[in-house]
Parts: sequence; C-alpha cells; structure tokens
Amino acid sequence: MSQPMTLLPIAESAARVTPEAVARRVRGLSDRALAWLFVSPAMALLLAINIFPLLWTVRLSFTNYRANRPNAAVAGVGIDNYVSILNDPDVWTAMQATAHFLFWTILLEMVIGFGLAYLIDRRFRGHSFWTTVILIPMMLSPAIVGNFWTFLYQPQIGLWNYAAAFLTGIPASSFSMIGSVKLAPWAIINVDVWMWTPYVMLICLAGLRSIPTYIYEAAEVDRASRWRQFWTITVPMCLPFIMLAVLFRGIENFKMFDMVNLLTNGGPGSTTELASITLKREAFEKWRTGYSSAFAIILFVTVFGLANIYVKALNRVKSR
Amino acid sequence: MNKLIVGAIALASGLAAAAPPAQAQSKQLTLCWAAWDPANALAELSKDFTTGSGIAMKFEFVPWTSFADRFLNELNSKGRLCDLMIGDSQWIGGAAENGHYVKLNDFFDKNGIKMSDFMPATVTGYSEWPKNTPNYWALPAMGDAIGWTYRKDWFARPDLKAEFKKKHGRDLAPPQTYDELKQIAEFFQGRMIDGKKVYGAYIYTERGSEGITMGVTNALYDWGFQYDDPKKPYSMEGVVNSPDAVAGLEFYKALYKCCTAPGQTNAYMQEGLDAFKSGQVAMQMNFFAFFPGLYKDPNVGGSKIGFFPNPRAKQHFTQLGGQGISVISYSPNRDAALQYIKWFAQPDVQKKWWALGGYSCHKAVLNDPAFPKSTPFAQDFLTSMGIVKDFWAEPAYAPLLLAMQKRVHDYVVADQGTAKEALDALVRDWTKTFKEEGKLK
Repeated sequence: MSQPMTLLPIAESAARVTPEAVARRVRGLSDRALAWLFVSPAMALLLAINIFPLLWTVRLSFTNYRANRPNAAVAGVGIDNYVSILNDPDVWTAMQATAHFLFWTILLEMVIGFGLAYLIDRRFRGHSFWTTVILIPMMLSPAIVGNFWTFLYQPQIGLWNYAAAFLTGIPASSFSMIGSVKLAPWAIINVDVWMWTPYVMLICLAGLRSIPTYIYEAAEVDRASRWRQFWTITVPMCLPFIMLAVLFRGIENFKMFDMVNLLTNGGPGSTTELASITLKREAFEKWRTGYSSAFAIILFVTVFGLANIYVKALNRVKSR
Repeated sequence: MNKLIVGAIALASGLAAAAPPAQAQSKQLTLCWAAWDPANALAELSKDFTTGSGIAMKFEFVPWTSFADRFLNELNSKGRLCDLMIGDSQWIGGAAENGHYVKLNDFFDKNGIKMSDFMPATVTGYSEWPKNTPNYWALPAMGDAIGWTYRKDWFARPDLKAEFKKKHGRDLAPPQTYDELKQIAEFFQGRMIDGKKVYGAYIYTERGSEGITMGVTNALYDWGFQYDDPKKPYSMEGVVNSPDAVAGLEFYKALYKCCTAPGQTNAYMQEGLDAFKSGQVAMQMNFFAFFPGLYKDPNVGGSKIGFFPNPRAKQHFTQLGGQGISVISYSPNRDAALQYIKWFAQPDVQKKWWALGGYSCHKAVLNDPAFPKSTPFAQDFLTSMGIVKDFWAEPAYAPLLLAMQKRVHDYVVADQGTAKEALDALVRDWTKTFKEEGKLK
C-alpha cells in the first residue's frame, strides 16, 4: 500500500519538469500508441541488424553475387546455388564432420556434466571450491583455448603427449593429436568437452537442486533403493534441464567455428572442417557470396527446424 | 548572442593561427604490408622519405597468416586505411580488374621510371596485368623466392661427413637435386646431435592460407608441372595432372613422410624459422626474405648456416615470392603516395633498401659486380630469381588457391587418395572456377 504513496510525489515532480509541449503531445497519445513509441527504437534496431540482413541473405542466395567484384554484373541463378550445395561432396563431408562433432561432444558433455553435478550436489567438504575450479575452462575465451591447446597437443613439447606417454608408455613424439587424421576429430571433441562440460554441469546442478527433498523422503519411507530413486526421481525430474543443456550445446556446436579454426584450421586435410569453416572459406576466402548465402540459409533452416522440433519435445517432457 | 558569436570567431581565429602549417599536419601516408623482417627494414628506410618530403609515414603490418584476409577485405570494401599497399603478387589480377590499384603507366612515363631497370621476372610477377603485357599496377618492391638453409656446421662434422660418404659414395654437401636432398634429409632424420634428436628437413604444410601450395609447387615445377597448356590457355587436363606432376606430388609427400619433425602438419614460414632456430632441422625450405635475419641469429647464424637454391629434378624452377608496391585507388592521398613510389624507385634508395635487409629488384643493385658476394645468400637469390614461377595471378586467385590447398593437403598430410586423384580433383575445381569466370566454356 505504501508504494503508490511514495511514487506519487515522484510522478508529480516528473510531470512538473516535463516541458508543456511534450506533455501536451504525450497526453494526445493512446496507451497503445505510447507502447509502440517506446518499443519502436528496439524494433528498428532489430529490423536493421537481424531481419534485414537475413532477408538480404535470402535474396543474395539466388544470385551469383561476389562481394569482391563490386563492378561485376549480378545475375539471378534461381535455385542453382542450393542445388550445387546439396550435390557438393565436400559440403556433405563437412556436414558429416559436424554431425560427428555434435554427437560426441553432446553425449560426453551430458554424461560428464551430469556426473559432476551429481557429485557437487552431495555438498561434500570443499564443494564450493571445486565448483569454482571446474567452472574455469568455461570462463576462458575460445580463441585462447584454441591457441593453448595447440601447444598442449604439440608432439614434442606438449603436456598432453607427455601425459599420454606417461600413462600408456607410447613415445610422446610418436603421435600428433591435431596432425593425425584419426586423432584430430577427437582432439577437437576433447577440447570442447573440457571447455563446456562445466556449463552443462551448472544447468544440471540447477535441475538437481530444484528437486524437493520431500520426494526423496517419501521414497525412503517406501524403502526405495538409491538406484531406484536415481532412475525414478532424479533423472526424470532433471530431464527438462538436461534437454535444455542439449539444446544450448547443440545450437552452439552446430555453428562451432572459433576454437576449431584456431586449433586445426579444418585439417589435417579436411578432417575437421566443420560446416561453419566451409562456410567461412566460401564466403570470405573464395568470395562466392551468393553460394555462401545459400549455404548459410541451409544451415539456418536446419538448425532452426531441428531446434523447433526439439523445443516441442522439451515442452512435452516438461508438461508430464 | 552577438557577443557569443564574436567570441567564437575570435577563438576559432586564434586556434587557426596557433595551428602548425596545414601541409605538415595533414600529410601522412599509411603503408600496408605483412609483419615480418623486411617490413621493419622498410619502416627504417622510409624515414629518409619523411625527412626529404615532410610526409609522415604510418605502417599497418599484419601477420602473414591473416595478411590476405585482412587486406583483401580492406580492398574489397574500398577501405581508406591504406594509401600504399605491398600486396601479394597473386593479387594483381583481381586488384587491377576490380579497380583497387591505380594503373601506373602514365605516372612511370612522366617521371622517367622504366620497368627495364628492374629484373624482368619481378616486373612480370609483381607489376603486370594481364601478364606479359605492358600494363603496370605496381612497382617491384620486394624480390623474393623460395630457397633453402642448412646447418653448415653439421654438414662440416668429420664423423658425419665420413659416415655419409661411406653410405652414399659422395660428399655431404648442399644438394643439387631433390633426390640428393631427400637422401641427406633421411641421413639426418632422427639422429642425435649434441644430445638432441634432430630431423631431416622442414617443408611447408600449412592448410589455412597458402602454405602447402607455396611448398609443393617447388617440387611440382621441377618435375614438369604446368598450370595450363601453353598453347591453349586455361586448358588443364593432362597438364596439371600429367604423370610428371603426379610424380612431383608423390615426391613431396615422400619427403614429408620420411624426413620432417612429428606434428608438422600445419606449418608455414614462422614454424620453419622456429624449427631451424631451435636446432631441430638440418635443412629448411623458406623465403629468401628471412635469410638476413637467420644469418644474424646468434645460435644458428654466421658460420653455422649455409644457403642453397631450390634443388632441381627434371627441370629447375622455384616458387616466386615477393611483392610490388601499389597505390590504392580509394586513397585520398594519391599524389603523396605516387611521390613515395617515385622516391622508392631511385637507385640510391634501392641500394639502401638492400643494405637494410630488403630485397631490391632494381638492376642498379642486382647487376652491381659486388652484389653476389655482398651476403652469403646473394648469389643464390640471383640464381633463384632467374628460375621463378608463380601461382595463378587471376582475379579468381582465391578460389584457385584454396582448391589447391585442400587437394594437396588432403593427399600429402591427411593421406586421402592418391596423387593422381588429388590432381584430377584439382583440375575439376579449377575448371569449374574458370567456367564461372567465363574463361572456359
């Protein structure tokens, strides 16, 4: 009750200092018009930096436009760019590399992230300290992570190879994580898992802490085992959070660029060339702007479509 | 109100009177190039220009790995950052056709700058578009090519010399042919020298920009690779993927597999310098531009380092490096930029350029009888500049280069397919690009 009383003098003094001309104009506006007036700068900004570029990209995707040929004539090519992308074996190789990266990073991050969250939730002595330590990789810039893992993976001086040599007895300089066709895809997965598992852990921890303790107490009364409690209470109640983490990491990793670009540059050969790296090469190195616009639209539609289907599934799980 | 206006006018007049002369204040040129040793030498050299002209020089030097990305974006966006640019030789076609560079023919004629004063290979490589026509878009600025360095002190060790002679029946000396180079590289590979494991050779393998292409072409040219049929321009089938070219590519891979340090899967100029300076390799492929710095290196320079030009195989060529200096057509300081070019073209300035560590292309420097002995690598530089070949300098240079980077890296480093398959795929990629360009039907 006291709040309107204190706000009234403020409103009155604000009204007093408002110039009469402005006040008269505002008084003439309906609430709806006023709302539009306030929202319109944000809307204009959104249109200018999000919607317009998107529409422009769609338009360019049907042309042979090249941004490095400002003087060349731009011709419409219909759906040729889309057809050529979908028939390009290199694009499919990149999509396969992306799918491999996506599948394994999400799987590993969910398993390890949930496991860590489950441990941290036990509230053992020093759990706050360990939570902070675990979160450190997530706070680093992907550019820094990419660069320093390049050194860690260095066959002759890298700590990773030394650790592997210590544990397995294989000579440190006999293998190269980012230089080997077989190991490079796992090298980038390893770094992503190292960096982003803490993020998944945080989301899972929020899920675990949202489960009311009385449910576990009721289960104890019913003599449900720990194992049974885990599968019938913990996992189902945490599932919406886990699914949310999958959605976030899925979208992020589908467009993964910075870390992989710095770590392997898509190599060796094209082994770790994810879709985003292919897109960057087409757009800003080969300057096939029309073609790369079509590729960007395909990627956008793919991730948007999959995310929508996923969100519907998530809502179904939440409503259970 | 009137007092206010009068006051403002008085203040503005006072400020204008106190300001330095407009000429000295506004004249500044920005020169864009890669961040490497010769750029520092040019910055030093340019102090003379500032002293003589009163025009201040500002420099934008970008690391090689992002050099093309950064400055091609600048050109394509018609940016005004650079007044002068020392752009890569392969950019000349695109920069000329897209109007990024100022055509310099009239300026050269008016100021008595003759292209015949410069080494022909550098004029063709750095200035002309279309190639072999008298249309000049740059002044040859920095001559460069691929050469090799070797550990002279290791080659001179009596025990190693004796062992090598016993094994191969010849002296351990800088190789003349690629087969000899591989033999020497194998000899050093994995050997312990001064308690440290060393490796045979350092060659380019970089994937992201131009590295592996700049490396592999040295072998390809020597085996007979050509970009297209000399009688039928842009016709590449059977030329790019000829049996000789396939053999050249197979050789490069064999050299990579037998004789390089582990993990050398994405290495270019800087990594080569690191490997050589840290005493890891017996021989290093790299651009001549780095040789003055290496010669001065306290650990591996001086008497410990030797130089040799790219070895021969069936033929004898090497990959052209280097750049010309161009005036950017979007520059608001075009006259001052042309003034810099005029100053830079003078024989005396060119001599100082060489003395400071730059590689002049001017005959006044290169034809000087004292030149071959002026540094331990000067003669090898002259030899190399006589046998250079360059990558496509077409407007579609970028997709042509990226296709080669991919196909060659896939084969050499990632072990995918055969050499023939890699070059066949390259022919398909290049054919597609030239069709898109309207140069092939």
